[in-house]
Amino acid sequence: MTSQIRPRPEPRLRRRSGGKVIAGVCGGVADHLDVSVFRVRVVFVVLAALAGAGVLAYALLWFFCPAGDDTAPAEPRERRQAYGLVVIGVMALIGNLIVASSAPAQSFLAVLFVLGGAALVWREADVTGLSTGRSRLLTWSRLILGALFVIGGLVVMVAAPDTPLAGMNPILLAVLVTIVGGVLLTVPVWMRMLRALNEERAARIRTDEREEIASHLHDSVLQTLALIQKQASNPDTVARLARSQERELRQWLFGDQARPNESLAAAISAVAVEVEETYGPEIETVTVGDVTADELRDPARARAWGALVAATREALVNAAKHSGASTIDVYCEVVDDEVEVFVRDRGVGFDVDAVDPDRQGVARSIRGRMERAGGRARVTSTPGRGTNVALTLPRTAELTERPADPRPENDQEIA
Amino acid sequence: MSEYRLFLVDDHGVFRSGVRAELAGEDGLEVVGDAGTVPEAIAQITATRPDVVLLDVHMPGGGGVAVLRGVTDALGSEAPVFLALSVSDAATDVIATIRAGARGYVTKTIDGKELADAVRRVAEGDAVFSPRLAGFVLDSFTGKSAVPEPHLDPELDSLTKRELEVLRLLARGYTYREIAEELFISVKTVETHASNVLRKTQQSNRNALTRWAVNRQLG
Repeated sequence: MTSQIRPRPEPRLRRRSGGKVIAGVCGGVADHLDVSVFRVRVVFVVLAALAGAGVLAYALLWFFCPAGDDTAPAEPRERRQAYGLVVIGVMALIGNLIVASSAPAQSFLAVLFVLGGAALVWREADVTGLSTGRSRLLTWSRLILGALFVIGGLVVMVAAPDTPLAGMNPILLAVLVTIVGGVLLTVPVWMRMLRALNEERAARIRTDEREEIASHLHDSVLQTLALIQKQASNPDTVARLARSQERELRQWLFGDQARPNESLAAAISAVAVEVEETYGPEIETVTVGDVTADELRDPARARAWGALVAATREALVNAAKHSGASTIDVYCEVVDDEVEVFVRDRGVGFDVDAVDPDRQGVARSIRGRMERAGGRARVTSTPGRGTNVALTLPRTAELTERPADPRPENDQEIA
Repeated sequence: MSEYRLFLVDDHGVFRSGVRAELAGEDGLEVVGDAGTVPEAIAQITATRPDVVLLDVHMPGGGGVAVLRGVTDALGSEAPVFLALSVSDAATDVIATIRAGARGYVTKTIDGKELADAVRRVAEGDAVFSPRLAGFVLDSFTGKSAVPEPHLDPELDSLTKRELEVLRLLARGYTYREIAEELFISVKTVETHASNVLRKTQQSNRNALTRWAVNRQLG
């Protein structure tokens, strides 16, 4: 059994991990869109100047994109360039705030401290956990510094005498500020929890799927294998069990096959499977092309199709019962104006001219059926080399209720 | 009879040892190695230089096609011939492997003697069609597609009447000898037709070849 499941290429946006300057968002976007990272950064800076949209976009992408697995650090030159752009972006943001409102510069500074502090904390305690690879002292000092910035900024915002918030109840204000500060500082922790939750759900789905596969294998493959072990002395049964299991498993693995009432190819295959399971010889079915489901359901012709499938079955049963061959080949081809089915075995064969009436009757039942359906049947056989049955049905033929064919029997060809 | 060196590539160890056991009694064939992964296969085939590689179509890490490409890139015209060996239903993979340059395709239910014959035939430069492969190829060459085909090469993108006849008989399960008798031509001529069909399958521009296989997979 070979697996049909391949990992899909993942089109997800991932932040740069090793090559990050702040959070790797711009790098990730650049990798995703296959453009230069510098351009992406410039776009974010320009957006930052538009009422801070770039900053908001950056923060959101930071939250919602998983970190990538790259390890190469950014080049010093790129890093310096990026820091320059960050400064420009921050200045653009300040300019924006000053233009947009009339609040004093003190408040902006506080806002900047809060944002900067939050960025510092988020960067250190990223959603993937505390940054590694650097000294813990540095990490912790940055975390503490970031927290101090956030708290300090918030305190300044609240305590400043001419702030817009000054009119509020001081206790309420204190509570509000504490909550805001707490949320800002713990965002990485929340994100990490959210992600862990998602991963757990994915793992559970995987486990469920695995269990479903296991139970299917238990019900089918393992049962069959147990049967095969018990029947080890009977090679025919073993082969039959193995084949039917193989077919069933393949159907399960490779998805829905066309249904026999909507596809001639499927109908022929189904008949072959049925005969194989009843009589034992291996039947290799090859189909080329197919008729449309509409054509197959057309009430005027439905019985002609039925006759073709029934004649195929008859030929297969004959070959299975009388030829003694271990394999039978079935070939069905749909061409522009007709359908051809060939059933062939390499068994004992028979002399078509000198057949006993019993088999002659069988040959006629195939031929009679095909001719009433507007088609033809041709049986060729050579003693010792096997039998060929060729069935031909025009795609426009209708079943006529003629009486059985009155022609003489000796029109059979001999190979 | 000359001695052919054979290499097995299959991700199932049990299957590899089964093939080894089946071919052990065959004269003129020597299994010189086997591999279960794509990189291992490429490295070992490049090192051992076998005559024929028996290639599993469906493997993790790119499958038979990846092995074929890797070995052909490394050895160029010195590369061994490849015979695809498949569990038969994944038409997409089979067609892809044939198009990547495999000289034939047989199913895993083939018995040891037939397999040995198939190996000898590809080693001698012949093409090996199982009825199912013949069906796949016929389907893709005769499939009437509604979409116009760009860049049709009339020589490559159609089969001659004789080639079609040979292919149909192959799909019906005839051996080369039986086809030769049926069409009153020599076995050598049948081989030539089969090789031409394989060459056209590998070189043809027909998108239908791939598209058909994809449709078949979904249907």
